[in-house]
Amino acid sequence: MKTIKILGTGCANCRNTYQLVEEVARAKGVEIALEKIEDLQQIMAHGVMSTPGVVIDGKVVHAGGVPARAKVEGWFA
Amino acid sequence: MSAAVTSRSAPWGLLLLAVAAWIGAYASLVPFADFVIGLFGLTRTTHLGEALHFFFYDTPKVLLLLTAVVFAMGVVHTFVTPERTRALLAGRRLGVGNVLAALLGIVTPFCSCSAVPLFIGFLSAGVPLGVTFSFLISAPMVNEVALALLFGLFGWQVAALYLGLGLAVAIVAGLVIGRLGMERYLEDWVRQMQASQSADYAAERIGWAARIEAGVGHVKQIVGKVWPYILAGIAVGAGIHGYVPQDFMASIMGKDAPWWSLPAAVAIGVPMYANAAGIIPVVEALLGKGAALGTVLAFMMSVIALSLPEMIILRKVLRIPLIATFAGVVAAGILVVGIVFNAVL
Repeated sequence: MKTIKILGTGCANCRNTYQLVEEVARAKGVEIALEKIEDLQQIMAHGVMSTPGVVIDGKVVHAGGVPARAKVEGWFA
Repeated sequence: MSAAVTSRSAPWGLLLLAVAAWIGAYASLVPFADFVIGLFGLTRTTHLGEALHFFFYDTPKVLLLLTAVVFAMGVVHTFVTPERTRALLAGRRLGVGNVLAALLGIVTPFCSCSAVPLFIGFLSAGVPLGVTFSFLISAPMVNEVALALLFGLFGWQVAALYLGLGLAVAIVAGLVIGRLGMERYLEDWVRQMQASQSADYAAERIGWAARIEAGVGHVKQIVGKVWPYILAGIAVGAGIHGYVPQDFMASIMGKDAPWWSLPAAVAIGVPMYANAAGIIPVVEALLGKGAALGTVLAFMMSVIALSLPEMIILRKVLRIPLIATFAGVVAAGILVVGIVFNAVL
């Protein structure tokens, strides 16, 4: 199971990213633990400067905007 | 998989077709508006005909301009990431650094919700406080949507003035904040952020196909969001165009208005929050009713550049004296811009 964190201070793009990841994971039948990180200090601790950011198993895989669906699908391939 | 993505060939043919269609559409704006009001059995000689003509001419024109500019910026954004901007600004001295930061603020992708992470990210990488502020002021204020809308609605002169003055405010305000040496008013945890950790996610190498896709995505995202404001703005403009007397606002916000008119406009604008598109209907209405251009642009800048919600977010990283200085310096800069404008024009 993958642990996925969405980093963002609660803007529309962050919510969209959260939904997209959830949706793609379900469509692919991949089990994930999805979590939203809205605390600034925690976001900064990941070294992400532009939100939304996506962290999979502790590794930042995306930052700065809603990721393309193809990219999200790539994470679950 | 990523290799397949990067080697995809870019849809140059499609892009060329789109550009040709765009030029064709832009060239037929007046015939289009004539045609539409003809459908209603109207001519431009009546108030209603003139107002409708204005609406059906300006709406496609502004949307076309906005689409082109937003597409171009979407492509530019694939070259200028916040990380790259930060690397360019790290360790710069005040002066050159502020100019560079204000300019990069135009082309770096920026969402107001990531203003604070960006702020900390810049500082922790050794970008001076004053330079960081120049970026933070310029990025939301001098953006492509504001420029495209001003260009479409009021002509390139107004857009160019807004660009030049917005940059000037960002540069000077950043310089002043830098000179004041206010680093001690950062929250402790911000100062303690270790300089090192930048996310080491592999910045993917992308080809032109992906860049063009990014441009299209940017158009969908931005134009898809702001078009209702633009319609509202132009409808307001059209209404004024046909009906309301031109000098309705002239006595309060016009050139001969009392001296307090401009400071009042800025003071009202500072706590207000709206994006560039949202404020356009108001700008259109004020200008159409005879308000002075300097007063209106100063009002627009103060609404976009400063807002109460932003200051509340900034409070997480800055202490009150620094926030007050930031708001005061920027508001003063905008005020000077308005005064100069009203005096020159």
